[in-house]
Parts: sequence; C-alpha cells; structure tokens
Amino acid sequence: MTTDMAINIILGVALVLAAAWTVMTARLLRSVIGLALTSMILTIIMFKLNSPLAAVFELSVCAGLISAIFISCISLTQRLTDEQAAAKQKERFSSFWLLPVILVLAGVALYQVHIPLDFHLQAAPSESDVRNIIWNLRHLDLIGQIVILLAGAFGVVALFKD
Amino acid sequence: MLSPLLLLPLLAIIILNLPIRSVTQKLAILVGVVLSLWQIFSVILIATGRGGTDTWAKYFSLGLSCDNLTLVLLMSIGIVTLTTILVGWQTIGGGKQRFGFMNLVFVAMIGMNGTVMLTDLFSLYIFIEVTAVASFILIAFQRDTNALEGAFKYIILSATATVMMLLSISIILLVVGDTSFAAAGSAVRQSQGNPLVIAAIGIFICGLLIKGGVVPFHGWLPAAYSAAPAAASVLLAGIATKTSGIYALIRLTTSVFANNESVNHILLLAGAISILVGAFAAMGQSDFKRMLAYSSISQVGYIILALGCGTNLAIIGAVFHLFNHSIFKSLLFVNSAAVETQSGTTDMNRLGGLGTKMPVTNATSLIAFLSTAGVPPLAGFWSKLIIIIALWQNGLHTYATIAVLASVLTLAYLLLMQRKVFFGKVAEGLANVKEAGWGITAAATILAAITVGVGVTFPWMFNSVLMPISSFLK
Amino acid sequence: MTELPQVFWLFSIGAILLLITGFYCLIMTYNLVRALIGLEILTKSVTLFIILAGYVTERMALAQALAITLIIIEVVVIAVAVGIVLCVYKNIKSIDGRLLRNIKG
Repeated sequence: MTTDMAINIILGVALVLAAAWTVMTARLLRSVIGLALTSMILTIIMFKLNSPLAAVFELSVCAGLISAIFISCISLTQRLTDEQAAAKQKERFSSFWLLPVILVLAGVALYQVHIPLDFHLQAAPSESDVRNIIWNLRHLDLIGQIVILLAGAFGVVALFKD
Repeated sequence: MLSPLLLLPLLAIIILNLPIRSVTQKLAILVGVVLSLWQIFSVILIATGRGGTDTWAKYFSLGLSCDNLTLVLLMSIGIVTLTTILVGWQTIGGGKQRFGFMNLVFVAMIGMNGTVMLTDLFSLYIFIEVTAVASFILIAFQRDTNALEGAFKYIILSATATVMMLLSISIILLVVGDTSFAAAGSAVRQSQGNPLVIAAIGIFICGLLIKGGVVPFHGWLPAAYSAAPAAASVLLAGIATKTSGIYALIRLTTSVFANNESVNHILLLAGAISILVGAFAAMGQSDFKRMLAYSSISQVGYIILALGCGTNLAIIGAVFHLFNHSIFKSLLFVNSAAVETQSGTTDMNRLGGLGTKMPVTNATSLIAFLSTAGVPPLAGFWSKLIIIIALWQNGLHTYATIAVLASVLTLAYLLLMQRKVFFGKVAEGLANVKEAGWGITAAATILAAITVGVGVTFPWMFNSVLMPISSFLK
Repeated sequence: MTELPQVFWLFSIGAILLLITGFYCLIMTYNLVRALIGLEILTKSVTLFIILAGYVTERMALAQALAITLIIIEVVVIAVAVGIVLCVYKNIKSIDGRLLRNIKG
C-alpha cells in the first residue's frame, strides 16, 4: 500500500473518530471543539481531493465562524449540571450498540445490490475555474447567496435586538 | 419581464436599508404593496402575451424560464404577499418591528419568485433555503415561547430535508456531471432503472415531502402554523410551504423524474394518508389556528393525490387546487388574525357569537369554509371535482372515494368551527369586540372576492385559462 | 463495476459513517445546541459527498462552487437557529428541549 493510500485511510478514520467523539462527549464545550476538529480534518481531505478554494472556505467558516458562534451561545446559556450531563452521556452510550448493528446490516445489503456504475457523463466540462463559475455563469446562485446573507442580517437584528 | 421580479425586491431591500433609514422606514409598507401589485399586473401581462422581452437578461446570465405553471404560482405569490403586507400593517406595531417585518417579506418574495422561475436543481435548493430562512425568522418574530418552539422544530426538520435533497443532488452530480433540470432529466431517462438513480429520486422526493408538510413528515406543521404571529401564518400557510414543497414536487415529477411508476404510487399513498390524517386530526382540535393547520395538511393531500395520478386532467386539477388553496387558506388565516387581534384568544371553547360583532369577518369566513369544503359554485368545488373526475377516469376508484368522503369530513369540522366561533350567543368577556381594522378587512374582502369570482366564472374559464395550464407537460 | 478510484470508496464510506453519526446525534439528544451540532455534522457529510462526486467526474469547479454556496447557506441557518436558542434561553432559562414540549398551549 502506498503512503498516499495510507494517509487517506488515516484521514478517513480520524474523521469518523472525531465526529464520534463530538457526539458522545458529555460536555457541550468539548462537543464544539470536536466539531472544529472534524472541520479541520475535512479541510485536509478536501485539499487532497484538489479543491483548495472550498477547503479554505470550510476551514475559515466552519472551523472558525461557526465554532465562535457556538462557543458564544454556550457561554451565554447555562450548562446542565455535571450529574445531568453524565447521566445523558450514559444514555447515549447505552444505545450505542445500535450503530454497529445498523452499519453491518447496511454493509451486507449494499454488498448484495449490484450498482451499475457506468455513467453517461454529459459533454466535457467547459469551465475549470471555480471563480469563473461563481461570478460569471451562475448569477442566479449569486443573487440567492446575497439575499440569504441579507436575510441572516435581518434575522440577527430581529432576534437579538431588544 | 422575469428578472425584475427577482431584482426589484432586492433593489427595494438595498434602497430601504441605506443610511437614510428614518425616511424610508415609513415607505417600506407602501413599497411592498406596490411591488406585489406590480407582480400581479406583470403576470396578467405575460399571460396575455404582452410581456415584452427581458431587458435585464443581457447583463446577467440568470437562466430563468416561465411557463404556465410558473404564471399560476407567480400570481398566487403576488396575491398572498399583498394580503400578508395588509395584515402585517394592522397587527404589527412599532416602526422598527414593522420595518424588520417588511424586509423579511421582501426576502421571502425573492425566495419564492426565484423558486418558481429557475431551471437548476442546486438553485432550487438555494432559493428554497432563502424562503425557509425568511420563514424561520418570521415565525420567531415576536419571541414568545410557543413560536420559538415551532420555529426550532421547523429548522430541524427543514435541515433534515435539505440534507436529503443535497444527497440526491450529489448522486445526480455523480451520474451526469451537471445539475440543471434538463441534464438531470436526461440522466434519469438514460439510466433505465439504475438503483442508485432511483434511490436519488426517492430521497429527493422524501425531502420535498418534508418541506411541504405531507404526512408522515408533517410533524413541524401544526406547531409552526399555530404559534406564528398572524401575518407570518398567512404568508407561511398561504404560499411559502406550497412553493418550496409542492411546486418543486410538481415541477420535478412532471419534467425531471418523468412519470416514474413507483413515484406515482408513493405520491398516491402519501396524498390519501394526508387527506385522512389531516381531516381526522382537525376534528379534535380546540385551537382555531391548529385546526386550520391540520386542514392545510388535508388539502395539500388532495394536491399530492392528483399529482400521483399523473394524467393531464389530474395535473390541471392539482395546479388549480394549489391556486385555490393559497387563496382560501390565506383567507381563513386572515380571519383567524382578525379574531385573534380583536378578542385576544384563539381557543374556540372561549369564543362564541362573534358573527354579530364582526360581520365582514363572518361573511368572508363563511365563503372561505364553503370553498374549502368544496361547495358549489365556489372555486374549491371545481378544483376538487376535477381531481375526483381525473382519479375516477384513471381507474383509481378507492382514492376517488376517499377524496369524496374527506370532503364531507372537511365540511363537518369547518362547520363546527364556524358555529363555535361566529354563531351562537356571545361568549363572556367578548361584549366589546369590534370589527377588525380596515387592513385586515380589506385583505379578507379581496380574497373572498377572488374565490367567488373564480368559482362563478369557472365554466367560461375552463377552456381558455385552465386547459392551457397543461401545456407545460410534454 | 467501472474503475472508480479507491480513494472514492474510502471517503464515501467515511461520509456515510459521518451521515449516520450526524443523525444519531440529532435523534439522541434533548439539548437544543447539541441538535445544532448534529446538523453541522450532517452538513459536513453532504459537503464531502459533493466534493467526492466532483472529484470522480472531473467537475471540480462546479463541485467547489456548490460546496462554497452550501457552506454559506449553512452558516446563515445556524446563526438564525442559535438566535432562536438564545431567545428560548431568555424566556425559560434552559436549553432543554423537553421543557419546551411541555409548554403546549
């Protein structure tokens, strides 16, 4: 197995482990840190898959902005007391056996189904530059993004101002 | 003629929010009324062929398209937005709050107009999300706990639906390399039963059913509709759910996913179950708005049932019922807004005898519920008749019988509502109730006039206006 | 099956596991903020799916544009949701979802 393949396997396993830790950990703050960690591993995976622009966005926005939003939310609201948190963690662990069972069943089912993967791709891609696609070809999406950012601003004003 | 429908509200938002806000705050409502009237007017222009060319399309590559289905939806969006603005004018006080409300209505308008005019699956996702974000904020606008719970439930379920839609888009991207409607349609046609593509279609349809509030994915709907403030309920129930969920379903099942047999079966089943669950649940409700929410679920079931049938006549019935439903459901919610603002409660056990105190609301509510139940000669009767005839002609006798029986149930629970709220003796504490403000009564009168007008002129309209709707089916 | 790069299978299994983890988080919690974290994990999973689809079909530019748009929209949704959670906290001084369900009108 080549080093490249080994790195990919390590990244994949790390991604799933980080997400699992995010879900199973008892305290909210650790969950948010786990979310940021998952974002970082996803960024590295995206860099390896030749998508630098999207990876940078993912890092700055998800690992940065969203973590900041969550941490400020957690600091403004009262945490559950530690016994309650521990009790809920036990509950999450106790149902955890369901997950591997579902996964094994899904794997067996998928193995049986033969998925024909000879796809008919449309004409060869004409654009290979992301910036061109966003700014020149898909103006409708651009309008949509501007409007949703405006909506976010209005929402923050409506929900936060007294 | 199409891009201004998207760009003018955006321009309005930008101009109204410039630093000269103290002046423009008062103008916001006027601008809103003008824009929605202009939208109705331009739909009439386009429909009669005097639309003219899209002069702004040269500067932007927007890829908008407009056919008869789009025109029906644009007309509904214009009418319901006008109604929402009138109700909001009456029920939302305070300059700043009103201004925030108008901003959000403009955003919702852009989202809905975009949804009905676009031709690409990913843009569909974007504009459905725009409408959804505007709806979340509008539901939570006045920050009472019930509304916040409704909004949060809506966010979680809407995000789940989004994840399903995006999964499906990524599978289609894998199969065909492009996300426009044409490419996805050709991929589905060429793949001939590839289980991956069928899974993609199924997941997408499930996502849209969640957005449209069809049973068994309707969990968010009663909480969101009943707890939202009055004007937001009108917008949400009248058109926002219809555009994001139901219009997208109609567009996709007729042009992209092209009459897949299993999809039709799923839609028939989901529609029938929605009709029954909605009707039975509505009978047991004591809260006015919650009952209207379950009634919405039931009526949307009719549209899905007709969509599952798939013939030309059935699709015409579905689109016509969509239009009628947006009108009479908005009218019912406007009346509930009137009752709520004037008497302070929506609990039907505590209301009574408001008919003598609020004559306009009484009359329009009577018209609305007769139309919902499908009583001739109002508009609702004709659309239900078309749907039932189409089902019967296609051999789906059980589904047609379910539709007819549910009509009787609808009449029953709405009659119960009318009797409890408007007829009978005046309940205690309500002796001083007056008619609602002129904004709400104007909105109610307009909607009632449209319902009556459409219903009465139906025999003349059938061949000239309704049959051409199916021209968008190929 | 045609030749899909092995990397695709590896990461798609990872993305499916991420999807299941996200749903598990969403279902098994009463805490409002944890539900939002579950939503975020689901979004990451779908982002990975889109990038993988683009990588395999050589449509990297389109896939990146879609991923960037997706991230922007998710930020706005999460921001509005956090705003709602903060308003809930102001009203009932708790972020336990079960308390909300008991306040039924």
